[in-house]
Amino acid sequence: MSKYTEQAKVVRQEMLQEGIYSLILETDKIAGEARPGQFISLYTHDGSKLLPRPISICEVNGSTLRLVYRVVGFGTGEFSHYSQGDTVKIIGPLGNGFTIRDKKPVLVAGGIGIPPMLELAKGIHAAYPELEITAVLGYRDSRTFLVDDIKKYAKVVIATDDGSLGIHGNVIDAIKQENVEAGVFYACGPTPMLRGLKAYAEGKDIEAQISLEEKMACGIGACLACVCKTKNVDEHSHVHNARICKDGPVFDSKEVEL
Amino acid sequence: MDICTSVNIAGVELENPVMTASGTFGSGAEYGEFVDLNRLGAVVTKGVANVPWPGNPTPRIAETYGGMINAIGLQNPGIDVFCERDIPFLKKYDTKIIVNVCGRTEEDYVEVVERLADEPVDMLEINISCPNVKEGGIAFGQNPDSVEHITSVLKKHAKQPIIMKLSPNVTDITVMAKAAQAGGADAISLINTLTGMKIDVNRRTFAVANKTGGLSGPAIKPVAVRMVYQAANAVKIPVIGMGGIMNAEDALEFIMAGASAVSIGTANFHNPYTTIEVIDGIRAYMEKNKIYDIKELIGCVK
Repeated sequence: MSKYTEQAKVVRQEMLQEGIYSLILETDKIAGEARPGQFISLYTHDGSKLLPRPISICEVNGSTLRLVYRVVGFGTGEFSHYSQGDTVKIIGPLGNGFTIRDKKPVLVAGGIGIPPMLELAKGIHAAYPELEITAVLGYRDSRTFLVDDIKKYAKVVIATDDGSLGIHGNVIDAIKQENVEAGVFYACGPTPMLRGLKAYAEGKDIEAQISLEEKMACGIGACLACVCKTKNVDEHSHVHNARICKDGPVFDSKEVEL
Repeated sequence: MDICTSVNIAGVELENPVMTASGTFGSGAEYGEFVDLNRLGAVVTKGVANVPWPGNPTPRIAETYGGMINAIGLQNPGIDVFCERDIPFLKKYDTKIIVNVCGRTEEDYVEVVERLADEPVDMLEINISCPNVKEGGIAFGQNPDSVEHITSVLKKHAKQPIIMKLSPNVTDITVMAKAAQAGGADAISLINTLTGMKIDVNRRTFAVANKTGGLSGPAIKPVAVRMVYQAANAVKIPVIGMGGIMNAEDALEFIMAGASAVSIGTANFHNPYTTIEVIDGIRAYMEKNKIYDIKELIGCVK
């Protein structure tokens, strides 16, 4: 598996909800090698902004990558203005991705952690078509995104913070209320959500693969900025700090401390 | 046209003057996926201590205008793992190996330097300028007496030439450069990062968990060029220049200011091919301007 830098071409961009965008990029090699749960980093066009922005891969179709992201600052603000024909320098595919198991899959995601679940659901469906996939998705309110895309591959359970759609509460409340049975959890979302899922899964002795994020500089494992606490001594630095960009972003919940 | 880009630092001949800045390049394995490490003048490794260091809490970095602040805190696996894994990895390549050494106490530094004495590394760079650790690091680098003292102690124990890496967080860089020379340093490298701070106004707290961090990137380059110029004119030992180099033109500024070699740091994060582009760019400049030996350029601006 290799990593590349490329000038990707914008195929299309649309706004899914206020502040949430879907960007489709034509790539040379990166899409062809990307796996569910991996990410790419995008460089802005502004030379005063040096660091690339890591964004999870939402979907791969042939040589195109789809990114669904939230505008949170300068970089994502710039990306949201791209339109067909624009180019953007990217680096990837980065990170390890999810390990697809032949067990009843439950995808658990909240907010802008939801996008990587689409490619994962596609990947599970392709590998094990007989497995019934459940996706438990948490949103702030009824302004959802990607639900119809994920419904093509999975039974979707929705939880909203304000109760305006689906179950009133968080994704763990939804799992309990709907008696969602899992052979393995795959999760991405805010740290409190992942902390809750880790406790729930470990309490029931179910494997949980969780995708983490942290401020990154290099994105390839050299700078040691984006570390997370690990239970055991990590292989790279022999302390208790795994590199999210290189050793992750997906970890077995039992290996990390949140 | 026959062009000579090789430089000599303390008896070590580098094929070209371009090396990596400690902490930005690991021990080369990660960037080896993008660049041919054989082409680099030298790889300067991430700082290594006598025992593993866990580093600081996250967030450890923040982007700033034309630069970034880091407070990694010298996370490293310790000298044993380094000798078993990183040195054999680098030995596979035709490049010089410069090991960056860090410590909390004088004894820590001595232990690492002694441990490296029989290892196949070319030079040692002594980090007395990290702004992100509570003990060691910059504490040794902000007072000329302690710079001279630690230099002379390590010089006695080191089998390889030693480069003292200086901090810009001082009133007069020439005083520190002279102190390193007086202690017996074979070369000096500068600048390490400038201590900085960024506030995250949305979270209403510090952008990096350590509160302060080291500012690097092109934002600091004019400060770095000025300090390299001052240091190079104050001492007789070679100077290795760094601080915000993004391209060959930036590197040539440092060389003309008096640097015998240059290091690429933060630019690696912006463009993983920067080191090679700088090497090629320096050669192209020399060809265009009919400079046959890079030594003609070192310190040519007086």
